[in-house]
Amino acid sequence: MFAYLAKRVIQAVAVMFVISLIAFAIQGNLGDPLRELVGQSVSEEVRQQLRDEMGLNDSFVTQYLRFAGNALQGDLGTSYFFKEPALDVILKKLPATLELVFGATLIIVGFSVPLGVYTAIKPDSILSRIIMGLSIIGISIPVFLTAILMIFVFSVEYGWFPSYGRGDTVHVWGYWETNFATADGWLHIILPSIALASIMLPLFVRLIRAEMMEVLQSEYVKYAKAKGINPWRIYFVHALKNTLLPVITVGGVQIGTMVAYTILTETVFQWPGMGFMFLEAVNRVDTPLIVAYLIVVGFIFVVTNTIVDLIYGLVNPTVNIARMGA
Amino acid sequence: MSTETLNPKSEPSRWSKVWNSNMGYSFRRNPVAVVSMIVFLLIAIASFLAPVIAPYDPYDPAQIDIMNSEYPPAWVNGSLPEFVLGTDDQGRDLWSTILYGTRLSLLIGICAVALQAFLGISIGLIAGYVGGRLDSLLMRLADIQLSFSTLMVAIIFLAVTQAMFGTDTFNKYAVVFLIAVIGVAEWPQYARTVRATVLAEKKKEYVDSARVLGFGPMRIMVRHILPNSLSPIFVISTVQVANAIISEASLSFLGLGMPPSQPSLGSLISSGFDYIFSGSWWITAIPGVVLVVLVLVINLLGDWMRDVLNPKLYKG
Amino acid sequence: MSLLSVRDLTVKFAMRDQTVTALNGISFDLAKGERLGIVGESGAGKSITGFSLMNLLSRPGYIDTGKILFEGEDVVQMNDKRLRNLRGNRMAMIFQDPMVTLNPVLTIGQQMIETLMAHRKLSHEEARQIAIVKLREVYIPSPEERLEQYPHELSGGMRQRIIIAIALLLDPQLIIADEPTTALDVTIQADIMELMLELCQSNQVGLILITHDLGVVSQMTERTLVMYAGRIIEAGRTREIINDPQHPYTQGLINALPQQTVPGQRLKQIPGNMPGLASIPEGCAFNPRCKYATDLCRSRIPEIVHYGEVEVACHEVQRLNSDEDRQEARA
Repeated sequence: MFAYLAKRVIQAVAVMFVISLIAFAIQGNLGDPLRELVGQSVSEEVRQQLRDEMGLNDSFVTQYLRFAGNALQGDLGTSYFFKEPALDVILKKLPATLELVFGATLIIVGFSVPLGVYTAIKPDSILSRIIMGLSIIGISIPVFLTAILMIFVFSVEYGWFPSYGRGDTVHVWGYWETNFATADGWLHIILPSIALASIMLPLFVRLIRAEMMEVLQSEYVKYAKAKGINPWRIYFVHALKNTLLPVITVGGVQIGTMVAYTILTETVFQWPGMGFMFLEAVNRVDTPLIVAYLIVVGFIFVVTNTIVDLIYGLVNPTVNIARMGA
Repeated sequence: MSTETLNPKSEPSRWSKVWNSNMGYSFRRNPVAVVSMIVFLLIAIASFLAPVIAPYDPYDPAQIDIMNSEYPPAWVNGSLPEFVLGTDDQGRDLWSTILYGTRLSLLIGICAVALQAFLGISIGLIAGYVGGRLDSLLMRLADIQLSFSTLMVAIIFLAVTQAMFGTDTFNKYAVVFLIAVIGVAEWPQYARTVRATVLAEKKKEYVDSARVLGFGPMRIMVRHILPNSLSPIFVISTVQVANAIISEASLSFLGLGMPPSQPSLGSLISSGFDYIFSGSWWITAIPGVVLVVLVLVINLLGDWMRDVLNPKLYKG
Repeated sequence: MSLLSVRDLTVKFAMRDQTVTALNGISFDLAKGERLGIVGESGAGKSITGFSLMNLLSRPGYIDTGKILFEGEDVVQMNDKRLRNLRGNRMAMIFQDPMVTLNPVLTIGQQMIETLMAHRKLSHEEARQIAIVKLREVYIPSPEERLEQYPHELSGGMRQRIIIAIALLLDPQLIIADEPTTALDVTIQADIMELMLELCQSNQVGLILITHDLGVVSQMTERTLVMYAGRIIEAGRTREIINDPQHPYTQGLINALPQQTVPGQRLKQIPGNMPGLASIPEGCAFNPRCKYATDLCRSRIPEIVHYGEVEVACHEVQRLNSDEDRQEARA
């Protein structure tokens, strides 16, 4: 267990290091912190003095170390626009994005497994053909277009759902605002969640189906049949568990894509999350906020990927982290 | 061999060979594949002939009159007969703009995939052939690159580039940036597959004998190993073009791709989105339909090709 | 009454543009506790026969006609529920490659206990105890620990012993073993065969052993079927078939054994290859490789006839018996 864990953690740290380097490079090259501070009308002499004081003339390594040290203490600079610590700005937006991702994940997991398994077990049934047909249409419609389509149909035409924002949210655990406590919050989160899930769901249905069909051809499934095991047990214990191994790997890879899609979804629905904020920060050239977003998203991404790797290790006995620890 | 390929007489026989092959047979038997191919060719040809077909030039400010903005398509009340699909928010003829936009989307998609393929195939060949440390390093990189989603990398790269150079400079080189970022980010898709084929082929006798005959690694790879990875490369490429078109559209939608003055399908949808609440649905809907149909037929062709070429499924 | 009685079994495979016949009119009987060998080259239809007996053919294969009477009941006509009750319970199967037969993500214990609980009303603990007893019977050391292990932690020989233990879990009437040692190390093969023989004899279990190895058949079985291109071409007591084969193909098989060859001499292979199922020649399927073939052989399929101690499907069996070549071949 230790060796496996250590390897994952080292890799995570290495990726985080690369991300911090990129973030640092962006910070150094994008915009001029001096101008944000004192404006244009200061003499060159004063500028140089300020640069010295701010450490902008230090060596690259010294500057990076200062940047990384600050970052580790949670100091990612101050947003030019909000005049607040960048990390605070992001953390305030984080719950909105996480709840959206949570809603979409619920939809993806809840539907992809039954649909994928069904279409694998009964590949020739009419329902399977319909599901597969819809799935290929699903992966062909970009997330933002699904979002627009849903707004047009369900908000503009029928007026069933609101078209933008989070609606009524409720504070829980200090600063966390949740959508799931009020009916209005639920109404607001449904369309964005579906939009965010819309391209991943068919992707996973197809993936689970393909893997499951391959597993169903395997010798051990044939053997389970020869033992007289109930088909449901064969499908859901023998086959599904083996199917999920590659699906978990792909799931890990898709986390980054999911984050990218949150930017699209949040833009269309004007959802006040991190992604929406990021695009605004880009338009305002709010460098500290851009850098902070990069670091926070990179961190979330690295942590979730490491967790996915650990889950994979737990599910797959040939990795067997539990035994190595015992 | 080489003289035969140069001989023009062998061309028609090769075509009929493809037609009568397993692939040709299954193509003719599969109406979905045939229809998809026809639709794809129609879109591709129409968009590449855009300067010839399109009644207006959407890039020419002299032909655009802002007074013509937001006319609906011909079948809706209040339309103008000269604008079959209506006009967009800037008064451009939507039909012409879509033709040009589709051309851009397709061009960026195909060029980006060509770049991916070039990088991925080269890296895959080297990793598989050289093996050892270099191989594991490259594949580790591929893993990491793959786990950073292309779209994420592209958004950050383009956002920073745009902020750094300013919108005007960025817009000028948007096509190049888009091709570069989509092209670079997805190389592992190819590299992994090609590497796997190289590893499988390397063990086979003919590679050994080619080596014994004194052929250099370059020649062995290009002449002997590469042809064996063609069918997976083919299948990947189809799906990748579809994905690249979606990525480009998404980036343009976010304002990180093609500018509204030179719109791809994505930026066209984006500029129309602001007018959807005021009832001008066609500026978004028509390019949206074109985009979806284009991606869908490519995906359908990809699916069909996977079914035909995949040796795993071929066992039956 | 025999335990198993197969009558005129025909199995077909629906391919993309044609249907091929994989088994053609197979008939044989098996008495209770009897051990039967099925031999032939790969592609002769041995494994398909084995899977058909459990009605376990997967698409595109299907049983076209025929009866498989097991304890008087026709397996072909059984519904899914009856089939599940049959499989693993009254009739068990040992697969070819133990490395891929066990499910990699389930423990040995889970895979044994689920089999017991699928057929008997047992508590989990009772099932576990039975599993331990059966693992002891196949000489697996510290069975309690094995139950907690995953297949990949065990060697191939160990896995095949476990698969044998699983086959014995529910005290079946018949075990079908499809090349049970082909995938194993040569050194372990004999051990596994010996174990199977011992267990079949002590438990009075019928055995159908599918193999291409005549040596194994002669040690393990009482009767033998020889298959060629989807048909039975020779059947009889194993001793007779080994010592006095009648069909030219069986003779060829036996002559090709290394034991039959003087050191330094080439192995006496049968010339040519077995035909693919889609291109079985007219008449006797063996005729292109047979040096005794006549026009009759090339036009009519031979009936099974009683000849000497065995049953054989050959037009020329009489002529062959008086042939000088044959005397020579026997020597």
